[in-house]
Amino acid sequence: MSVLVDKNTRLLVQGITGKAGGFHAKNCMDYGTNVVAGVTPARGGELFEGKVPVFDTVSEARTQTGANATMIFVPAEFAADSIMEAVDAGIELVVCITEGIPVLDMMRVKEGMKGKRSRLIGPNCPGIITPGQCKIGIMPGYIHKPGKVGVVSRSGTLTYEAVWQLTQRGYGQSTVIGIGGDPINGTSQLEAIQFFNGDAETEAIIMIGEIGGTAEEEAAAYIKAHVKKPVAAFIAGATAPPGRRMGHAGAIVSGGKGTAAGKIAALEDAGIAIARTPGEMGDTLIKQLK
Amino acid sequence: MNIHEYQAAELMEKFGVATPRGRVANTPEEAEAAARSFGTNNLVVKAQIHAGGRGKGTFTNGYKGGVQLCKTSSQVRDVAASMLGQTLVTKQTGAAGRVVRKVMVAESKEIERELYFAILIDRATSAPVIVASTKGGMNIEEVAETDPDAIVREPIHPTLGLQAYQTRKLAKLLGLSSNLMRPAGKLFHSLYNLFIKCDCSMVEINPLVVTKGGEVMALDAKFNFDDNALGRHPEIVAYRDLEEEDPREVQASKFNLNYIGLDGNIACLVNGAGLAMATMDIIQHFGGKPANFLDVGGGASEQQVTEAFKILMADKNVQAILVNIFGGIMKCDVIAQGVINALRQREAREERMVPLVVRLEGTNVDAGKKLLKESNLPLIAADNLEDAAQKAVAAAKNGKH
Repeated sequence: MSVLVDKNTRLLVQGITGKAGGFHAKNCMDYGTNVVAGVTPARGGELFEGKVPVFDTVSEARTQTGANATMIFVPAEFAADSIMEAVDAGIELVVCITEGIPVLDMMRVKEGMKGKRSRLIGPNCPGIITPGQCKIGIMPGYIHKPGKVGVVSRSGTLTYEAVWQLTQRGYGQSTVIGIGGDPINGTSQLEAIQFFNGDAETEAIIMIGEIGGTAEEEAAAYIKAHVKKPVAAFIAGATAPPGRRMGHAGAIVSGGKGTAAGKIAALEDAGIAIARTPGEMGDTLIKQLK
Repeated sequence: MNIHEYQAAELMEKFGVATPRGRVANTPEEAEAAARSFGTNNLVVKAQIHAGGRGKGTFTNGYKGGVQLCKTSSQVRDVAASMLGQTLVTKQTGAAGRVVRKVMVAESKEIERELYFAILIDRATSAPVIVASTKGGMNIEEVAETDPDAIVREPIHPTLGLQAYQTRKLAKLLGLSSNLMRPAGKLFHSLYNLFIKCDCSMVEINPLVVTKGGEVMALDAKFNFDDNALGRHPEIVAYRDLEEEDPREVQASKFNLNYIGLDGNIACLVNGAGLAMATMDIIQHFGGKPANFLDVGGGASEQQVTEAFKILMADKNVQAILVNIFGGIMKCDVIAQGVINALRQREAREERMVPLVVRLEGTNVDAGKKLLKESNLPLIAADNLEDAAQKAVAAAKNGKH
């Protein structure tokens, strides 16, 4: 068991003929992900790496290859359209790696996705991986190890940090979800926690949050009421100056809301173990398991 | 990105938002001419800097107040002459203050009521929301604390947009009389249009006023724009005033580096925004103070790393540098080579050096460590995040190596 992706995932890559798209599609294939199709408008009929068929549209790719997940590497100005194309084609899981999509574009995408079957992860995220089975995204595969810890995070490199700490100490991961650093995204901390809570194989959870918004507070309320599995958390940005956007568009403290202190208080209230430094994320969870 | 008050006024005028007449002036003569063109004796001169608290600010030459009411155009000229070229210190500028390069001359209005009106994106609903209050002219966070019932929130449908009935509802909630419903509605619609068309992340009108003459007007406006959308708004990018920005940040933006200057003494160079924030946090945890936030991104080149170093070293407060890289896409040997290049350049020019703590992990880590070792440069190697932060804090305290 795992969450959202496994060895049965059939991946399509939107933007497969681009530099980043091609590089990461190849890395995912090398990891063992079943990449069944690529999409680049006006490049239909080509073969990627000599074997993966490229289509003009997502709907063709879906019909002809049975793709059930997509990884989007389309430039920011066209990415919202690409997400909606995948949703329209009925792709179950849409993972958008692209960084820099305008907030109002994502607002319209969210509205357009209402009532549709697709789930969006991202944008502005490293992707999702079930170690040993399926990697969709830009994370380095080798730092992961199959196991029982679910990891969800708003930050890419901080996720790698947590995963690496776990792997080095012999603890593998069930699934690792990077939900992305944007203020409007597809899958929230709360939803990821719900997935992990319902997954029989996930026995413990690490949640990595950062300043801005209330996603961690919402997850904390759910954890308090429903989650029996051990949870550890880290919140980045305690030292960030208010009103400044810290790299991620979503990482901004405005009007006293979204502070690290407020989030940590809510998490502690829910009985979640807090890593005081990013170097302690792995050990904080492991202590809970003993 | 921030813009000046006069630019906000221009933008509002373009979208048909009612505001008092105003013009920007670079010289006392221009200020006088602007004042004369309004044909009124009720005038105000406002220093144009990107910081609040101007009215209560003091110029370094002793002149008090960056916002002055005037009765004649020659008085406007004198006030402008006292402000232009001078440095204004307010509670938001810090002790160094900001040089006033432009003033705005506007018609001053007699105010009957002050209200608050803002549009922003509500992250919880992924849709715009209007926040309005009868307590205008005050800090809205303060009102939220002391008198939460004075604030109304009106959610806007993300694709239908602001509906006419919602503007009437808001006008009623703000206690506007029936005869003001139409002009208020027009103002709300125009502002909403501006918000959407310009990809704002926030529009804040504080105060929105009812004048003694019975007009509804936006008196002061603050706009925030979505940085991700600036690519499709060259007209807004043109408003950028580099003089108002931290020179370190201006330099960093030329090389696509994500940098924010802070006032500590430990500089950091990190890949990834989350890890960059966490690195600042861990420095503070061990008793140090970060000098900056710097995310070199996932695919930084050797040249970008070299430039990043120049910016970090140019900051006179910096006593130590912490390089923290978790190579995923970023390759550790690329970072190592960038660091070596930057240090060699400084050595050759006999420029100031500070202790440098390097922690590398991830892709090509062995190649990166080897490069650093063989360079024979005075680097402090660290094994993990905690070790790196503690070594950087200790190095900054010692001041030299």
